[in-house]
Amino acid sequence: MDTAIPYTVEPRRETGLYNAKVGIWLFLASEVMLFGALFSSYVLLRVGNDAWPHGLLNIPIGTFNTAVLITSSITVVMAWASLKMSQFHQARLYLAATVLCSLMFLGIKSYEYRAKFIHYEVRLTDGKVMTGHAEANGHTAFLTLAKLQKMKVDKFEFHPDATHDAAHSEPLLLETSKIEQLECYGPWHHTYFAIYFTLTGLHGLHVCGGMFVFLYLLVPGVKMWQTDPRRYTNRIEIAGLFWHFVDLVWIFLFPVLYLL
Amino acid sequence: MSESHPPSTDHAGHDSPEAIKQHVKVYLLIGAALLLGTGLTVGAYYVHIASVPVTIAVALCIATVKASLVAAYFMHLISEKKMIYVLLCFTAFFFLGLMGLTVWAMQDYPVLPGK
Repeated sequence: MDTAIPYTVEPRRETGLYNAKVGIWLFLASEVMLFGALFSSYVLLRVGNDAWPHGLLNIPIGTFNTAVLITSSITVVMAWASLKMSQFHQARLYLAATVLCSLMFLGIKSYEYRAKFIHYEVRLTDGKVMTGHAEANGHTAFLTLAKLQKMKVDKFEFHPDATHDAAHSEPLLLETSKIEQLECYGPWHHTYFAIYFTLTGLHGLHVCGGMFVFLYLLVPGVKMWQTDPRRYTNRIEIAGLFWHFVDLVWIFLFPVLYLL
Repeated sequence: MSESHPPSTDHAGHDSPEAIKQHVKVYLLIGAALLLGTGLTVGAYYVHIASVPVTIAVALCIATVKASLVAAYFMHLISEKKMIYVLLCFTAFFFLGLMGLTVWAMQDYPVLPGK
């Protein structure tokens, strides 16, 4: 009995395509609806919100990250084209560049996330509201009023954000007893951050998944090139289709979250 | 690893090494266009267009053009089999339906006093 999986290379007569290609497009169709639902949520949340924040994300960093992801899309398609031309070593280099780009994208995104977790809005008992960076007992991230009270911190250092009047504000020593609320720019801070972390987090998981697939195809899965090069090339094409979709989603996420 | 394996020929003619060599130039051009599009999107943001709807329209137009380039050339939708197009027509129908319902739902927001 032949146990080989059919139509991994040869196209199926009914569809004119090899099976994995039909499979990945069906999967991508479901992904369109997944991200579509989240974009729809974004629109409704934004329209229903009176004060939508602007300028809270670092645009130069976001732009650079977009360029990194676009570059990775180019390297993926070049890897596939190289395999089609039987230039195996070149294809491996392009795949390695893709993995490097995905790592860079995730690294930059992590840096952006951290910047939000160490950035605070503090509301004082006299009604004054300030934004900036806080430090208490060497801790800079995820500080809250309850945490400060638990750590028995009476005073902590606060570096207010630069204003239009002053490029550099002097650090302040704030008394914990005079704080009404201390909250970092996490998903709980504002609807904007909730949707920002949800959308970019889900996208980041996709980048992570794609990176592992490429790592597999680059290291242990590469043996297939010796035994079945056409199937290996098709695997790169399938992984590439997923990767381009991830890039395509980011093309919309970037202006929607960073610029509008 | 040897470099002498035969390439896949599932799209005879379109996927021949000679045709792929031509495609490579297109891929690089599209990549450059995508990077340029990103620059344009950010540039438009710094221009500070007074009208918010125009700003949104410009940013989404550039994003749509970039996404179309990715889909058409990198994902090869410009020369794909009929079945993929049929599948994508269904997806587009449901996606547009979802967005249509979203726009419809926006009409249900209560008008608050003073707005």
